[in-house]
Amino acid sequence: MTEADIYAVLAEIFRDAFMHDVALSAELTAKDVPGWDSFKQIEIIVALEEKYGIKFHTRELDSLHSVGDLVRVLGGKLPR
Amino acid sequence: MTSLYWLPEMPDWRIKVRALGDDPAAAWDAAVGLANARIDFTRTNALDEMLRRSLDGALPQGLSTKPVRLALLGSGTLTQLLGGIRVGCLRRGIHADIHEGDYGQYWQEIADTGSALHSFKPNTVILALDAYHLTAGVTASMEQQDADAALTEMLARIRDCWRMLREAFGCHIIHQTPLPVHPGLLGSNEHRLPGAPAAFIARLTAALRTAADADGVDLLALDTRAAVDGVKAWHDAGLWHRAKQEVSPAAAPMYGELAARLIAAKQGRAFKCLVLDLDNTLWGGVVGDDGLEGLVLGQGSALGEAFVAFQTYARELSRRGVILAVCSKNDEANALEPFEKHPEMVLRRGDIACFIANWSDKAANIRAIAQDLNIGLDAMVFVDDNPFERTLVRQELPMVAVPEVSDEPSSYPQTLADAGYFEALGITDDDRARSAQYQGNRQREALKASVTDLPSYLRGLEMQLIWRRFDQIGLQRTVQLINKTNQFNLTTRRYTEDDVLAIMRDNRAFGLQLRLLDRFGDNGIIAILIGRMLNETDLLIDTWLMSCRVLGRQVEPTSLNLIVTQARALAATRVIGEYVPTKKNGMVRDHYLKLGFTAAEPLDGGGQRFVLELGLFEMAGTFIDVVEG
Repeated sequence: MTEADIYAVLAEIFRDAFMHDVALSAELTAKDVPGWDSFKQIEIIVALEEKYGIKFHTRELDSLHSVGDLVRVLGGKLPR
Repeated sequence: MTSLYWLPEMPDWRIKVRALGDDPAAAWDAAVGLANARIDFTRTNALDEMLRRSLDGALPQGLSTKPVRLALLGSGTLTQLLGGIRVGCLRRGIHADIHEGDYGQYWQEIADTGSALHSFKPNTVILALDAYHLTAGVTASMEQQDADAALTEMLARIRDCWRMLREAFGCHIIHQTPLPVHPGLLGSNEHRLPGAPAAFIARLTAALRTAADADGVDLLALDTRAAVDGVKAWHDAGLWHRAKQEVSPAAAPMYGELAARLIAAKQGRAFKCLVLDLDNTLWGGVVGDDGLEGLVLGQGSALGEAFVAFQTYARELSRRGVILAVCSKNDEANALEPFEKHPEMVLRRGDIACFIANWSDKAANIRAIAQDLNIGLDAMVFVDDNPFERTLVRQELPMVAVPEVSDEPSSYPQTLADAGYFEALGITDDDRARSAQYQGNRQREALKASVTDLPSYLRGLEMQLIWRRFDQIGLQRTVQLINKTNQFNLTTRRYTEDDVLAIMRDNRAFGLQLRLLDRFGDNGIIAILIGRMLNETDLLIDTWLMSCRVLGRQVEPTSLNLIVTQARALAATRVIGEYVPTKKNGMVRDHYLKLGFTAAEPLDGGGQRFVLELGLFEMAGTFIDVVEG
């Protein structure tokens, strides 16, 4: 998967989670999106886990501070 | 796996959910449809949120179900379950308003009468105590007697909660059993280490079952589900450490399903009838083409055994009160032949309450079955291996449940069980007798066909109506009927056990349960009457409901005779009837006029009052022999 593919996947997940399109960028953080609280964060993570049959590790989750971080971690878990 | 895999995929789901806000008046019905599609937790939450925005705090109008005020109390984080529970209820047309207890504060909230819980006044409570909380202080170094004492103490604490909830709210109490999340310390014989948390949870869960039965509490059995789905499908230790969620958000839709099934069952709203296709559903092959000898059924082949297993499951369901029907595209003689002649058939003609085999479309035939059995279409489940027929029936009859079964018959029993259509909180004698009752119905129809006029038919039925006041023995059935009867129900007032007990204590009111027997058998409790004095002279018929099975049998005038007798005993000079319209009770709009009442003032919300002057009333003569029993 290319970075563009990952952004496309995330766009869909975010759209379902927030019920509207979210303009994703590497710098985007939770405080930029209304409704992105810790529950929504877990929802997004679990949705990705379910969709790809992967598991995020506690250290990986602790390292997520922006969409860019999520793309980086996800890129390491999905087949290239 | 906790997915709702028996529900069908719905095209354009995402577009439809976003359109919910366009027409708030139609939003509820549209959302019920969307909830009956296969949705994961993200979509479940999206649906919940869009519907709540659209309703904007208002209760949807014209519901035939009882709205639920649910308190979700527990020891861990429960927020992730709210959407799943509301949508689970929505799937059944039930509106749920949820109070979520403060994190870990369940005991304080229950005990403190000034708490938010007490001002919320729930009519249903789910108590969800997680396995970590329940094993606090339990450790492998404990001796047997210490572990026993800890168990006794924890069980007593839980029962105290139940008792306080019951005393404060008289509500339906649901206790969620803990998930077996603890890794073992011994292994297969964990139970030999009394202080092992896993062993402790296993013992506590077993003890909860006994206690729940004794205390009238219903269990939401996550332990049973975890045994089917795997604990990992329900619980993620990483998420527990991160957010104190015992139940993973991914499992929330299934959690909500399990909760909503109990809530619906308490309202008497479970499915009643399993309608079965024949070819490649009950046996392998097409009987019209392959003939009796060509069918794949029975020992000797894996496929044949799978069909036997499904038939056996269906027969077991019928033995606990689910009505079986057949709907098949076949010549009737061909369709009946296996039931009469195939030695490996488990189901026999006598197990099927209504058998329809012809070449009409299946939606029309399912309608005919519903009519023949006098049950609502929303009480029917239709199983067919053919995707075309499933889609057709879903399209024509969206209220009929049509599970998305595969072409693998060995999966059918578990699919029906996972879908939970027939969830029941217990078994009444009426449930056990139901199959026999429907068989009796068929014999009654045969008699009807053989006599030419209605009076001789009714006389020939040799009917006996046995009435008694509400009592403890009949309480369960009384509450069930009050909460599930939709069609022949003048006021559709839903009452709890406690409401019924209050009527029993009120000497200015009466509650009667009516049982009808005839030469073909016992129809069970078929009508409920509740009357109460409005003032010194007027008796109000608060509730009059009847099972549609006994329509056209003169039960109505006979019931009125009973009401009048009771009213006179309370010194009433007038009887007041009310008709409160709902989506489903149009059949009784003119009920009181037919019985000789005079129309009086309209009620708020579209209903109507009717008056019967007792001075002028004469008891109607019927062919029913009435006895108190």
